[in-house]
Amino acid sequence: MTITNDLAADAVAPAPADDSRGRKGGGALGRYLLVRFLLIFPTVFILVTVVFVLMRATGDPITAALGGRLPPEQLHERIHQAGYDRPILVQYLDYLGRIVRGDFGTTLSDHLPVTKVLTTYGAATLELALYALVVAFLVGIPLGRIAAARRDRLPDAGLRIAAILGYATPVFFAGLLLKLIFSVWLGWLPPNGRASTRDLITMKTHGARTGIYLIDAISTGKWSVVADVLQHAVMPALALGLLTAGVFLRLVRTNMISTLQTGYVEAARSRGVAERRLVRAHAWRPALVPIITVIGLQIAMLLGGAVLTETTFEWKGLGFQLVQYLNARDFVAVQGMVALLAVIVAVTNFIVDVIAALVDPRIRY
Amino acid sequence: MTAEDPVVDVRDLHVTFATDGGDVRAVRGVSLRVEPGEVLAIVGESGSGKTVTARSIIGLLPETATTTGAVVLRRNTDTGASDVLALSPSALRQVRGRDAAMVFQEPSTALNPVFPVGWQIAEGLRAHTGLSRAEAHQAAVDVLRRVGIPDPEARAKYYPHQFSGGQKQRIVIAQALVLDPGLVIADEPTTALDVTVQAEILELLRRLPNEFGTSVVLITHNMGVVADLADTVAVMYDGEIVEQADVRTLFSAPKHPYTRALLDAVPRVGASRRAALATPRAAAPDAAPVVEAKGLTITYPGRLRTAGFTAVDHVDFAIAPGEVLGLVGESGSGKTTIGRAIAGLTPVTGGSLSVLGTQVRGISERRKRPIRRRIGFVFQDPATSFNPLLTIAQCVAEPLVVHGVAGDAREARGKVDELLKAVQLDRTYGDRFPHELSGGQRQRASLARALALDPELLIADEPTSALDVSVQAKVLELFVRMQEELGFACLFISHDLAVVDLVADRIAVLHHGKLVEEGDPAQVLDSPRDPYTQRLLASLPVPDPDEQAERREAWRTLTGVSANVS
Amino acid sequence: MTADIAHAATPPSPEELEPVVTPDHGPRWHRLPIVHQLRSSVGLQRAMLVTGLVLTGLFVLGATFAPLVAPYSWAQLRDGHGLFGAQLPPSSTHLLGTTVGGYDVLSRVVWGSRTALLTIVTAVVLSLFIGVFLGLVSGYFGGWLDRVLVVVADAIYAFPSLLLAIVAAIVISGGQSSMWNGILAAAISITVVFVPQYFRVVRSEVVRVKSEAFVESARVIGSSSARIMTRHVLRNSVRTLPLIMTLNCSEAILTLAGLGFLGFGIEPSSAAEWGYDLNKALADVTAGIWWTAVFPGIAIVLTVLGITLVGESLNDLADPRLRIRRAAGGKRAKGRVPDEPTNQPEEAR
Repeated sequence: MTITNDLAADAVAPAPADDSRGRKGGGALGRYLLVRFLLIFPTVFILVTVVFVLMRATGDPITAALGGRLPPEQLHERIHQAGYDRPILVQYLDYLGRIVRGDFGTTLSDHLPVTKVLTTYGAATLELALYALVVAFLVGIPLGRIAAARRDRLPDAGLRIAAILGYATPVFFAGLLLKLIFSVWLGWLPPNGRASTRDLITMKTHGARTGIYLIDAISTGKWSVVADVLQHAVMPALALGLLTAGVFLRLVRTNMISTLQTGYVEAARSRGVAERRLVRAHAWRPALVPIITVIGLQIAMLLGGAVLTETTFEWKGLGFQLVQYLNARDFVAVQGMVALLAVIVAVTNFIVDVIAALVDPRIRY
Repeated sequence: MTAEDPVVDVRDLHVTFATDGGDVRAVRGVSLRVEPGEVLAIVGESGSGKTVTARSIIGLLPETATTTGAVVLRRNTDTGASDVLALSPSALRQVRGRDAAMVFQEPSTALNPVFPVGWQIAEGLRAHTGLSRAEAHQAAVDVLRRVGIPDPEARAKYYPHQFSGGQKQRIVIAQALVLDPGLVIADEPTTALDVTVQAEILELLRRLPNEFGTSVVLITHNMGVVADLADTVAVMYDGEIVEQADVRTLFSAPKHPYTRALLDAVPRVGASRRAALATPRAAAPDAAPVVEAKGLTITYPGRLRTAGFTAVDHVDFAIAPGEVLGLVGESGSGKTTIGRAIAGLTPVTGGSLSVLGTQVRGISERRKRPIRRRIGFVFQDPATSFNPLLTIAQCVAEPLVVHGVAGDAREARGKVDELLKAVQLDRTYGDRFPHELSGGQRQRASLARALALDPELLIADEPTSALDVSVQAKVLELFVRMQEELGFACLFISHDLAVVDLVADRIAVLHHGKLVEEGDPAQVLDSPRDPYTQRLLASLPVPDPDEQAERREAWRTLTGVSANVS
Repeated sequence: MTADIAHAATPPSPEELEPVVTPDHGPRWHRLPIVHQLRSSVGLQRAMLVTGLVLTGLFVLGATFAPLVAPYSWAQLRDGHGLFGAQLPPSSTHLLGTTVGGYDVLSRVVWGSRTALLTIVTAVVLSLFIGVFLGLVSGYFGGWLDRVLVVVADAIYAFPSLLLAIVAAIVISGGQSSMWNGILAAAISITVVFVPQYFRVVRSEVVRVKSEAFVESARVIGSSSARIMTRHVLRNSVRTLPLIMTLNCSEAILTLAGLGFLGFGIEPSSAAEWGYDLNKALADVTAGIWWTAVFPGIAIVLTVLGITLVGESLNDLADPRLRIRRAAGGKRAKGRVPDEPTNQPEEAR
């Protein structure tokens, strides 16, 4: 006999024994959200610290960037000016203090504040990430549901193999293949960049400068510009999007299979609810909660993929820029950008958890 | 076809499953008939094939199953009938819910956690009828009211986790009833519930034939539930029906030896009371108690400034040397917490608890060791209380090795074999792994391990509640004999009054963390003073249809439920 | 269970009523990890497992016997006839052509498998030891250390793993280096990413196992914490690790290739590395030179595919809910079986 943990035994007569449970629910959600929000700060703090410790473990950034290229006295002078000869703990506290004020440092190579790098190149990365997410959602989620519903039959087998292949193909190799086929052999699509120079100038002269080219192109009112921007976006969006779609497909499939086997889906089946409806409503909603949580993590992972995609297609966003700084051995820039990305990741995950809480009534009430 | 035709007619049903270990013939040649308005109980122990038989009535078997025979189910729409086993998937979908519906064992898994209950009930309706969303919702509210959910308009919008266990089971029953099926199949509908809640759900199920016009197939292992509800009974053993009779005949004159053995194994309150039979075994009253609790309070800390949960609230009791104290209560009563506190698994937060002369409140792990040497513990679930990677002999030797009696498991083997023999297990079982033993054998090995160091105190936490009734009888018998031979004091924790009655010298009743009644079994069980104990006793169904009918009336009087409530 | 005991004249004793599973093990080698799964698999799952094993086998063989398989060394630019020449298309002397740097593509693809194998083995072994140790201690003892480690692991886990690997790679190697330094640098960078993963998995298993009755029973017996951790908790907590390890191997290869592609790999003269070669092939592709990109790329895809297929099939086979079984009638079927004897042998996992 199972002894459940249910502390509320039934009242003798069917009285509303737990009426109060529903009422006080709003406070529980509020507290959950507050706790979840406060968790952003230690997360950012830890990531920033990890990055600081890692980056400074081997020495100071000025020696890394300029060591051997400057005479020792000048090098020491530069190090002293930048304060890298102070005790490491002082530097760490100073660094934390700056981050709290929103100062993520200034790049060594081109003397730009890191926040300025973000505002300049962030829009490009955001645009790429949004395209990729659209592709991933449109492809991954419906196909994942089909695979789960048709489990172990032909469509499932095909989709699983496609998803594993998608996972096994590095995004830059997929990008190279796309380029080879559609740009070099077929000549249908431009191989690199975000827009052709002529249309770039058209957009600039029209003054619209959101940095998201699709919006800028539409605001010019010229269809040729929009078409050009979209043509440039197709391959990067597919390369990054299909990779993510494979992950979504597997995620949706696994979670749907486990909810399709639960007692409540069995119970709904026993009342004659159609299989289609079981998949679309009864199994889908409960599966959604873990799916949303993992999708949140995937959005962060998308940033890693964006670095590779941007490098492959010379898509001038944050990732492309990060690699430029890396090659210039500008570790102040790298440290600042990574710290900034940590903030973005922490905030994204918070938003995702809020969405998950809104979908799951067990958290909501 | 006339109204006199059976609601369901199962003819020579065979069900075979494909498993890793080869084919399992779960049901072999079962034939059953359920007449209109009849309650048929299928009883049997685990693995008897009773659930599989019931599920095949609505074709709800996994794809690994192959079936032969016929299940002729009367249609709800006309006077015809259809063979469920021969239906196409879409026709089967039409039958499910409309002609026969199912009530599941575990209400918390049968309800979808992310949809309101009203929506879930309406789903069954909308699958079969052309009702609009609003009409279906109204029908859901109506059926919720009929199964006794108060304020159904508001509560139809609630989610499952906002209801208690008993209310969830009412909702599951409402889901089954909403389409007015001719037959409701209830698969262990009260097994997951506490006994007082079980009594209410049984009361609801009893109303089904008269008020809802449905027949009922009741699957259960509980003979008391059978006596309470059933008109006819089919006893299943190893995939076959060994006996089928109306309920009075079956209980008064069981024909088949298995049925007799099964009925004999059911413990009954007062039937073989140990305290009355045995000579007084407790030591002289002036001997220092083995366990003494004064104002014992155990609070689990709350998280993030929420209030803690007080599981045990100012409880006083004592266990004398050689005495068996039976601790009874429902889930959440704090009975397990007390056992764990004595063993040092849960910290004491208030009052005092002295075990074998040592105050354990605030004691360090290191100082618990000498006490633990003198305590044995038997856990509820024998399936999980052994390390799956060690052999039984290694597990039983563990206390000997830990306390330096033996250097390693091999050295302890002689003593281990003796212990296994004492609990009637052959020494060859020592070389097996836990999963290679049956539940009863594992629980005996668990007893052997608990007794390895010849403890002065044994804590047995629901030691038989995971076992089938016939196995339970055997384990309890063994327990009583060992206790008489070795004379250890014991805290015997159980939710089952009849089981406690079999083994205890004294009984303490817990309710919501408070001790409500304590005394010798005759006094507590025959003339309980506390209203909760009275209700607990009245809720316990007894395996005798006539006696149970009387008890049911007593229960109704006690709880204020009128017999013809609508 | 004896067949018709219910019809016997004497009442059966409860002991006889209980189903007892007497396990029939078969030959010992049938229970070896992979072999057991191969035997119990059917249909598609078997095809996936076999494909995966073949691809993984090829990868390991290529890595082990690289000197015998590869026609040239990874850094060889010339043979008896002089320089190979750059960007030559596939021919009889260079089956897969030559790279922009003038290396033989086939040789670098073969030698690349050795670099990949060494890196993933080092990375997985390192992260396994650190992650399991931290997870065990943190999960078992709990307390503030546990809370801090969980927040740290969660923070790192949520961060893009490639970025973290880049940061680690800069620190360890300062960018580029020799073969062993490069492999070690890449392995440690991947370790930084994987430790939180193992930590999370092992810790949550330990927390689960810790509350199981058999661990409580060890505590009640009076066992010391060290004995409980090593004898009861550890071995029961690491059962899922082989699966995660397989899947992590594929992730390690992808991370290594990603690092190489961004220029944090290993100098071409030190060792062959697929990601690095793809980076150098970036410009070739625009010029229509396909062989320098396609072959190292395919090597990555097939290796990751093979290891992932093995991991996925093992995962499916270990989970009774996902395993396809042979049906009673001989057809294939799947799913749970109610009322099936519960005493299923578990050691097969």
